[in-house]
Amino acid sequence: MPAFWINMGPQHPMTHGLWNMKVQVDGETITDARPELGYLHRGVEKISEVREFQKVIVLTDRLCYVSSITWSHAYCLAVEKMMGVEVPERGQWFRVISLELQRIASHLMWLAAYGPDLGLLTALLWSLRERELFLDLIQLMSGMRMNQNYPRIGGVRNDLPENFDAMCKRSIAHFLRKLEKEYEPLLHESKVFQMRTVGVGKISAAEAINWGVTGPNLRACGVDVDVRRLDPYETYEDVDFEVQTWKGPDAGDSYSRFICRFREMRESCSIILQALEKMPKSGAYRAKPPRRGEGEGYARTEDSRGEALFYVCGDGDDRPYRVKIRSPIFCTMAATPIMLRGNKLADVVAILGSIDVCVGEMDK
Amino acid sequence: MSAPLVPSLFGACYILTGWIVWIINWILRAIGTVIPPLFPPLDALANWLASAPILTVLTWLVMTLVMVVWACLVNLLTMMWVERKFYSRLQDRYGIMISIWSLPLWPFNRRKDVPTHKGWGYLQNVADGMKLLQKENLVPATADSMMFNTAPAWIAGTTLMIFAALPWSSGLYVANLDLGILFILAAFSLAPLGILIAGWSANNKYTLVGGLRSAAMLMAYEIPLVLVVIALVFTTGSLDPKVIVTQQERPLLTLGPLVIPAWNLFGVQAIGFVVFLVAIIAEMERIPFDLPEADAELVEGWTTELSGMRFGLVFGFKWLRMIAGAGLLSILYLGGWSGPVFTTLYLGSVPIPIVPEEIWFMLRVYLLGLFFIWLSWSIPRVRIDQILNIGWKRLIPLSLLAIVAAAAVRVVTG
Repeated sequence: MPAFWINMGPQHPMTHGLWNMKVQVDGETITDARPELGYLHRGVEKISEVREFQKVIVLTDRLCYVSSITWSHAYCLAVEKMMGVEVPERGQWFRVISLELQRIASHLMWLAAYGPDLGLLTALLWSLRERELFLDLIQLMSGMRMNQNYPRIGGVRNDLPENFDAMCKRSIAHFLRKLEKEYEPLLHESKVFQMRTVGVGKISAAEAINWGVTGPNLRACGVDVDVRRLDPYETYEDVDFEVQTWKGPDAGDSYSRFICRFREMRESCSIILQALEKMPKSGAYRAKPPRRGEGEGYARTEDSRGEALFYVCGDGDDRPYRVKIRSPIFCTMAATPIMLRGNKLADVVAILGSIDVCVGEMDK
Repeated sequence: MSAPLVPSLFGACYILTGWIVWIINWILRAIGTVIPPLFPPLDALANWLASAPILTVLTWLVMTLVMVVWACLVNLLTMMWVERKFYSRLQDRYGIMISIWSLPLWPFNRRKDVPTHKGWGYLQNVADGMKLLQKENLVPATADSMMFNTAPAWIAGTTLMIFAALPWSSGLYVANLDLGILFILAAFSLAPLGILIAGWSANNKYTLVGGLRSAAMLMAYEIPLVLVVIALVFTTGSLDPKVIVTQQERPLLTLGPLVIPAWNLFGVQAIGFVVFLVAIIAEMERIPFDLPEADAELVEGWTTELSGMRFGLVFGFKWLRMIAGAGLLSILYLGGWSGPVFTTLYLGSVPIPIVPEEIWFMLRVYLLGLFFIWLSWSIPRVRIDQILNIGWKRLIPLSLLAIVAAAAVRVVTG
């Protein structure tokens, strides 16, 4: 049988969103691949230019529905740098807590998608069950489960509710216990899971850097890079956490990407617990920003999927002159043909699931 | 040691057919009495129906029907219900909960005070089947429609063929063949051909890959499956399910009041049991080995283009194959339907065992079913090259080892 192209998408169970992965298969072996993006392009950058600074947060929330806060926060950080607004310390701690809660929720959503990719539907149900814990906490903080609209230019929208510490600690203790007792035996300690992921979809550290892969996907290649550590924003300098880098053999395969993300959830839990201890118990959490801004500001943050960069340019009006978004997964997509080539057709899901695609931010 | 509830399915069906024919003949003669000119031919027809050879033929038809109803309407639906309930509980949810009060029929739709969705959910599968029956059967424009329409019938037919030879007890079976196990295995391995036909004829890339995967897998698990049965023949000396089960009824060990029967599992056939267990999961296309319809990468694999009840047939009959596989496993290695009979009641002169053989057999079938379900919802799916590796590099050497070991034991013990 000659090699032929298979369209995996735009409507396919493998694509968690609307995009198309064209793979050329020779029998079961992949000989070539080509991602086709743009089905979900909404023109966020362009719409931002006609909205006031504060109102762009609604758009950035919708960049990726599973990690709204991280994207809105990156935008707010860029605008604050442009306007020269200093966020009160308590507001910065709130942001750290909400960012890490969002990161765990996002990683759990990824886990929920990765299980069925490998034919393990139980992982989907369990991860969504635990994601509810963190959505509840985010809802306590911001009042919403999705598209929270929580970070504001100059701080966050509202104060923490009463007893948030206790609820947060209880949920995290429960979650950590579940991770150890249920998720590890079900997932990466399982022999069949390792058969499907170890050595699959490999990319070398040099290639990953050249193609602009960032975040957990790059850390899985053994590169110790984390914006929270390299270019600290908010109060990440004051918390003690380990950057989860893959140190074993087979760097850059699906298994190492899985492990890096999986361990990041534990690190995020520890960051939240530290933040709850170190946070000032009272004080302002929001500074009043000016309505108009002039100049340039950019912020890069560690998103759940990699390095998110916002560039905001103002011309003295109350709305941005230009907004540029660097989506981490958009750059990672360019490297997927390297990961896919030479693997089997069934590995497409094991590889593309492990890089955690979010089409909303990819197509912007 | 044990006794069946149905001593002879043929005998039971013969009585049943006799009743049916008696009623039909009564009607025929009644018509003949009302319209006298018709009486001679109708009376002749009635006599012909009641004659011994015709009655035997009719009994065979009734028997087949009884077995199809027993397998599909009772056990298939129950196994589907067990699976859907059990894996739902594994995943921390309730699963199907539709109750009988949701039926749109007279006594059920009158009660407005009972909740319609807080029941056991047994009717959910019936409802799903009804829904599929009402759906349109689409044939893709570019498909080879004759082959496309044949494939589901082929798969359903070969699956039902298994139940012609699969005994449920020493009495409840359609046909007792000398080479019953061979017939069952042959009928089992016909379905992948149907899968290949369905995959090829739909003219879709996903179905094509699914069908070819099925063909590639076939060799990897079918050969060890047959090889371990050869190993088993060294021990049993027969391929007749009834003989195999009878041999396993003898006691192996007596530990005080506890008598351990000499199941084939205890002894040299344990290797064969492991190989058979793995291969039969591949044969049933359950999750670690359900590559032809890997829903993550191939949408629905070879069933992608099937719609309506055609899809329902091939989808539902997977559970029928699971029941057949579990039954085969318990007959060959786990003592079949043997088990202690605690008491026997007598209705007149008819003995009725309290725990008959059918119960012991179904206990094994459903426990094995639970094991398969548990396994398939807690491990991911393997890859096509990995299942070929498992088949060729692990199962075939192990099954050859099982043959050698069984032969050696046979030589030593005589």
